[in-house]
Amino acid sequence: MADLALAPAPGAAAESARQLRHARMLSVGARCALPVAILLGIGFLAPLVAIFGYAFATPRSFDVFTSFTLTNFATLFDPSNTVWLSFLWSCGLALLTVAILAVIAYPIAYGLNMVFGRWSALISVFFVFPLFVSENVRLYGWVLFFIKNGVLDGTLKWLGLSGGPEVLYTPGVTLFGMVYTYLPFMLFPMTLGLALVPRDLVDAARDLGAGRLFIWREIELPLAMPGILIGMLLTFVLAIGATAEAKILGGQSIIVISHDIEIAFTYSQNWPLGSALAVLVTFFIGALTLFALSKLDLDRMLGRR
Amino acid sequence: MGHKRTNAAIWAWTAFVLVAIYLPIVCGALASFNKSRYFGFPIKTYSTEWWQKTLDSIEIGMIVKTSIAIALLVTVFSVVIATFGALAFARYEWKGRKLYQKLILLPIFFPQPVLGLAMLLGFNAVGIQTSWMTAVFAHMIWIVPVVTLVIAIQVYGFDPSLEEAAYDLGCSRTQVFREVTLPLLWPGIWSGMLFAFLLSWSNFPLSLYTTGADSTIPEWLYAKMVAGYTPMVPALGTMATLGAACLLLAGGLIGILLRRRAAA
Repeated sequence: MADLALAPAPGAAAESARQLRHARMLSVGARCALPVAILLGIGFLAPLVAIFGYAFATPRSFDVFTSFTLTNFATLFDPSNTVWLSFLWSCGLALLTVAILAVIAYPIAYGLNMVFGRWSALISVFFVFPLFVSENVRLYGWVLFFIKNGVLDGTLKWLGLSGGPEVLYTPGVTLFGMVYTYLPFMLFPMTLGLALVPRDLVDAARDLGAGRLFIWREIELPLAMPGILIGMLLTFVLAIGATAEAKILGGQSIIVISHDIEIAFTYSQNWPLGSALAVLVTFFIGALTLFALSKLDLDRMLGRR
Repeated sequence: MGHKRTNAAIWAWTAFVLVAIYLPIVCGALASFNKSRYFGFPIKTYSTEWWQKTLDSIEIGMIVKTSIAIALLVTVFSVVIATFGALAFARYEWKGRKLYQKLILLPIFFPQPVLGLAMLLGFNAVGIQTSWMTAVFAHMIWIVPVVTLVIAIQVYGFDPSLEEAAYDLGCSRTQVFREVTLPLLWPGIWSGMLFAFLLSWSNFPLSLYTTGADSTIPEWLYAKMVAGYTPMVPALGTMATLGAACLLLAGGLIGILLRRRAAA
């Protein structure tokens, strides 16, 4: 007894060493995060501050941080300004994109988890690869497909039909382009979400006589919801910021909100007005993103056991 | 059997969507082999003339070099920063971790054209002349968070007790990092490198505002799409796609080998 009290057991020594290491780990984690934090501080936060500064500068000037006025915001909220129309177009197209993609991607995400088996990895690669092709190139491919005398029109005429419909340069084809571009951003979070559904649970429910619709509504959907939600959020936010689809496929038949920002910065050379609009969009997206992310446990989603 | 029919329907739907995804890429490739300057389908005469012209062009050569230089630098810097970022994301428990996990995602969610403009403003405010080097920095803001997530998935899968064991056997921290942590994380780091290179290679919205007088492949393509189409546009687009595909294929094979070695 006395020996034990005098000299701490070897096991306890190892234990305290581990605790010490654990305490040090707190700071190691923070230190590992430091390079990323510095990078994003300079490259992400600082530009946002610059935009914020410009948003309160005298219109059509470059007097950042030296003048203060709310004129830019007043201009934007003036009912005669058509900016609200762009905002509505962006929101409407983004909502439709999300809704359509949820329907398109769900069966594929289900397949990647439950049906495709060893082919899943290869099929995933096929869905990832288009992300590595500039969206200009892919959207322009659709222009070549839909254009008069293009692939669709030419093929139909060759078959002796009257030719393809004229869909290019309409809002509808802009929506089509957005659905096309953002498919992977819906598909992969959804796949991760569906992977969280334990198969035993589905099997058990089936053994107990639950119908397929019941299983889907009461088990699959609620358990996969975190992934589905993050997919929807990601798609919505990216679609709000989308410009290439409206420019290349839509032929500027509609002006989306990011395009309005670009116009203010380039053609009209009104940086303060563009900044004010960018600030509004940033707040909208930031609030939405942080709200949705606050509901999610990323450790669980990405696979910490 | 209803089950079998559902599975067949899922296969068919996936195949259909995949065909739709690759259809425009095929259309671009077709257009690049069209002999006449303006596109018409069915193609009357095929030729490799525009591919040859694209390969011979000095201007395009410079643009390709700029794109490669940007992508290489982005890859190197991003992977180093993101490896530590991923350890902070998934390996260590620390006070600000939950917040950090969320804040790091913000640049991914942010509209890239607006981010590009914001950075242009920022560079302007501090008096930095934009060039391909500023584009490297701009790409990193978006790519580092993506690569962090890619590597973090690998970090989640690794067993911290291996590191603990190395410490118990008396290894220093640098030794543990070099001999245990890095080899175990290699497959994830490798995927991260591929992502970094290919995402930088194909990026348009950030490059548009931050390359200054320099130009990358997607920028050049966009400029010509808007004004001055020649079949060199789909030709260069197809070449860039093929380049990315070859890199992904080679990288994927190496990645599989790395994974096998890590598992052994």
